[in-house]
Amino acid sequence: MASALINVPARAKRGEIIEIKTLISHVMETGFRRTQVGAVIPRNIIRRFVCSYNGAEVFSADLHPAMSANPFIVFSTIATESGTLAFEWTGDNGFSVKETAAITVE
Amino acid sequence: MERRAFLKIAGGVAAGLGLTGIVTVKPARATPAEMQEAIRAVVGSARITPGKVKLELPPLIENGNAVPLTVTVDSPMTEAEHVRVVHVFTEKNPQPYVVSFHLGPRAGRARVSTRMRLADSQNVVAVCQLSDGSLWSDSAAVVVTLAACLEDGI
Repeated sequence: MASALINVPARAKRGEIIEIKTLISHVMETGFRRTQVGAVIPRNIIRRFVCSYNGAEVFSADLHPAMSANPFIVFSTIATESGTLAFEWTGDNGFSVKETAAITVE
Repeated sequence: MERRAFLKIAGGVAAGLGLTGIVTVKPARATPAEMQEAIRAVVGSARITPGKVKLELPPLIENGNAVPLTVTVDSPMTEAEHVRVVHVFTEKNPQPYVVSFHLGPRAGRARVSTRMRLADSQNVVAVCQLSDGSLWSDSAAVVVTLAACLEDGI
């Protein structure tokens, strides 16, 4: 299974507001938990999420440890032209995942 | 060796090894005052007016590890008047910050949903900044049965 799930409508009317749902597999370890012997489990989170529409950034988010594991973000954008939506998650320990979705605007 | 002497030594060894796993060490929690400081650190000293923002959270949640939340801002989302950023803060999590959403006129409508962690029953605050620089906020009280973040480690 891909580590990221993205739900973008394949077709949309020009000017229509489309809803985008994204879910990515990640532990989002807070850095506040300890093991049974008291050692702190180091933080490991996604810090940033960016969505670009044909190269132009339309939405972004700065994430903190208080986000749930497997961050799920729902947002919207206006369908302006056919093309690709690019999604990028970056975080601790060099974490980086890129995904794209195609959209046809009529 | 007598039983009493053995227990004494065994107890001393256990203490010496620092077997603190049984005693859960809880991190210091943020307080409402710290949350206010954090909000000021992020958005500056401008006046925050309650209104325009709607923060939706379930009033009672069983599992604090995944609390659904939706933030809606009353804004036409045009080039001239749109939401620039929405911040979410908590009172009693180890850190007051949750997430910041950067929107713009291309968002179409100012509505974002996600899932967050809550370490305790507390107030959650959403602060949004519009394109004219004005700040608006809303808060929601949530009762949490099973707290996140502080459960026993692995």
